[in-house]
Amino acid sequence: MTGESRQPAPRREVVTGEPRRVRPLPRYRAQAEIEEQTALGDAYVRSLMRGQLRAGLTAFAVLALVVGTLPLAFAALRDATAVWVVLGFAAYPLLTLLAWWYVRRAERNERDFARLVKGRPVP
Amino acid sequence: MNQSYTVTAVALVVLATVLVGGFGLRISRTTSDFYVASRTVGPGLNAAAISGEYLSAASFLGVAGLVLLHGPDMLWYPVGYTAGYLVLLVFVAAPLRRSGAYTLPDFAEGRLESRAVRRLVSVFVAGAGWLYLVPQLQGAGLTLAILTGAPDWFGGVLVALVVVVAVAAGGMRSITFVQAFQYWLKLTALLVPALFLLLAWQGDGRPRVDLDLASAVAGRADHPLYATYGLIVATFLGTMGLPHVVVRFYTSPNGRAARRTTLFVLALIGAFYLLPPVYGALGRLYVPELPYGTNADAAVLLLPERAIGGLGGALLGALVAGGAFAAFLSTASGLTMAVAGVLTQDVLPSRGVRHFRLATPLAMAVPLGGSLLITGMPVADSVGMAFAVSASSFCPLLVLGIWWRRLTPPGAIAGLLLGGGLSFAATVITVSGAVRSGWPHALLAWPAVWSVPVGFLAMILVSLATRGRIPPGTNAAMARFHLPEALMPSGKGGVR
Repeated sequence: MTGESRQPAPRREVVTGEPRRVRPLPRYRAQAEIEEQTALGDAYVRSLMRGQLRAGLTAFAVLALVVGTLPLAFAALRDATAVWVVLGFAAYPLLTLLAWWYVRRAERNERDFARLVKGRPVP
Repeated sequence: MNQSYTVTAVALVVLATVLVGGFGLRISRTTSDFYVASRTVGPGLNAAAISGEYLSAASFLGVAGLVLLHGPDMLWYPVGYTAGYLVLLVFVAAPLRRSGAYTLPDFAEGRLESRAVRRLVSVFVAGAGWLYLVPQLQGAGLTLAILTGAPDWFGGVLVALVVVVAVAAGGMRSITFVQAFQYWLKLTALLVPALFLLLAWQGDGRPRVDLDLASAVAGRADHPLYATYGLIVATFLGTMGLPHVVVRFYTSPNGRAARRTTLFVLALIGAFYLLPPVYGALGRLYVPELPYGTNADAAVLLLPERAIGGLGGALLGALVAGGAFAAFLSTASGLTMAVAGVLTQDVLPSRGVRHFRLATPLAMAVPLGGSLLITGMPVADSVGMAFAVSASSFCPLLVLGIWWRRLTPPGAIAGLLLGGGLSFAATVITVSGAVRSGWPHALLAWPAVWSVPVGFLAMILVSLATRGRIPPGTNAAMARFHLPEALMPSGKGGVR
């Protein structure tokens, strides 16, 4: 800072940092609707939420149905080996499989939604 | 029992934890690094970290002990611990990440725009975290007492010290590496001895293992079927609200990665849970009468020595002890991280990493005191209670907050107080031993069956009664939670 008074010409500053992030304009009409929270934009969000909730509830219903009846079935069967096999081993691959199905379904929902939104560019 | 191997194994685990934590410290530079590892942890590493943190003393020692003592019905515990992640995945994982909040109180405030809800959630996070920390410290004390003859308090104090140092020094970035490392350590520490145990069992001419339900040493509950359902509800719905689980989801880069991470977690912890039943079954054969009264949590630790014996048995026993210590350390550090984060943001005066470091010993002091005062509860049982409280308070808040637009701050407060408060009260009464038998005991010891519906109903009914209080930003919050980041206007979804 000592050289400031001796140098008449304004110092040239080299900007090395990234430019400040500018708020990007929405590229698609639906995106603009969502951002401005219009009724139409809201309907888009609701449709995605319905699809995702349906996927989640389906997986949860399968889980609840099986798990809800299992203790009763075990109590009726009184077969210890069945309990060992089902709870000690079979349960884990089935849980992972159900999770895998859900992840695929949820990602597909999002892809379909993206296609829907991008289908209508800003005029 | 040869103590020197055990002491060496435990010392190695402690040393490795501190070293890996120190490695993280060198790259943990910013506040964001500190709290959420700058949200750059990929699914593979993050899933191993989540699993490492999640597989606590209850999983490592408790499950086998309960199976040994009470029969295969106890296998609902590990199934519930795993299935909890499925429920978390289908209702919470991606929206929680997209909410862009750091902690559960942040989520509550961001969604409901209310400081009061935030403060209440903070109280519950600290409470649930402490409830879960107590058995970890007790398990550590038990392990060292049985294996080396150290006094009961020593293991707990050791874990507390290591955790406070590791968490306060490195924060989330360093903890992520520690946890991921500890998952693989824990898996190895159960898998290798299990293989040798099975070989030894083969060598003994495959004596018949008593698998029967009826052979259970002690009756567990007056109403076993009710207890099973209570356990299922608590573990399935409680996982999503555990403070150390929730905080991990904020470290994923985006919602999709959060989902995939959860899928990996299910596979990893599912693989781990194939092992404790082996110990439980063989324990019935080789450790039929346990020392230390009914403390079945020791079965895993004693089995290698009893079934194999000699140098091999001692070495494998030391490996198991090291793994058990990794379990206490990882879960305790995750919980301490979460509780200290909440204390820093909502209790102590100003924010910043320096205050976080002050909050860490505070977060650990309370449960350490608790673990020294309360004794004689099976590890898996006391962990089950933390799940019940979480299922009755955080689960309604998260599920309704993410999927239901009419949730209001008064509704959330009512649900938290009634659901969480009642289940917490039930826990306190059970631990105090005031009620010991019959339906009252069953209802209080496994409260989730009634307290979860109470929490949900209170939240829904009070919200409907206070329609005027729906937060103005609800629609915007819903869009942020559910839209893929790439589609979020103005890049809001990609908060870094």
